[in-house]
Amino acid sequence: MNPAMLSRTAFSAAGQALRPRRNPLLSSRFAALQKAFISSETRKAIDKAVGTAPVVLFMKGTPETPQCGFSRASIQILGLQGVNPQKFTAFNVLEDEELRQGIKEYSDWPTIPQLYVNNEFVGGTDIMMSMHQDGSLAKLLDEKDVLVEAEGSETSTPSP
Amino acid sequence: MASSQTLMEDIMRQKITQALSPTALEIFNDSHLHAHHKAMKDTTSQETHFRVFITSAAFGSKMQPARHRMVYTLLKDELAAQGGIHALQLRTRTPEEDEKAQAREAV
Repeated sequence: MNPAMLSRTAFSAAGQALRPRRNPLLSSRFAALQKAFISSETRKAIDKAVGTAPVVLFMKGTPETPQCGFSRASIQILGLQGVNPQKFTAFNVLEDEELRQGIKEYSDWPTIPQLYVNNEFVGGTDIMMSMHQDGSLAKLLDEKDVLVEAEGSETSTPSP
Repeated sequence: MASSQTLMEDIMRQKITQALSPTALEIFNDSHLHAHHKAMKDTTSQETHFRVFITSAAFGSKMQPARHRMVYTLLKDELAAQGGIHALQLRTRTPEEDEKAQAREAV
């Protein structure tokens, strides 16, 4: 899209906003433009968030108190897989509306939670569950070396 | 036209069938399981949470995120709309994967 076109549209939309007759924000065309552009600061902030740890989960609530069954299930799966807490960060999208909308735009994915491993998008709860069941999640996490070190002695293997 | 009680489900079924020619398509409405959640407080729709199982050859040679994105793209408007789909769980398999899964379960 020609950037000059963008600024003209934004300018005329701003002009329209001064005329209360028809709210341009309700026009679906303008809504599409608005939705299509998370600010570059938001994008940069999410870039940074995705890189804070080898395993990053964007979720609703916190790992200790998930606010959504799907987010809770994702945390449980990562726990079962033995992800090293020191290699893991979770972001609560409920705390930040800009993040909540931005991450959907950024990942081109409409739902939360979202799992990133080494800056690569892996999927949501349903994908994590099926990968958990067919063993591909264990394989991925092992390859990326994000699991808790296996205890050397026989006495300390926790059972799930 | 008779009004449907399952408008959202009908739309999903129609779009998915048209785009992916699935050999199997199951849509489960789980909304009632979540209706009491705080996030659903102001919603009147009874079609907010769905589980959809799709078997289609169109998924061949694609990894799961890509397959899911195909479906999300089809349902973009429904997902974005106020009072539209709030949660969507997908299972996307090819006919071969479906057979293998059924064989495993039969054991």
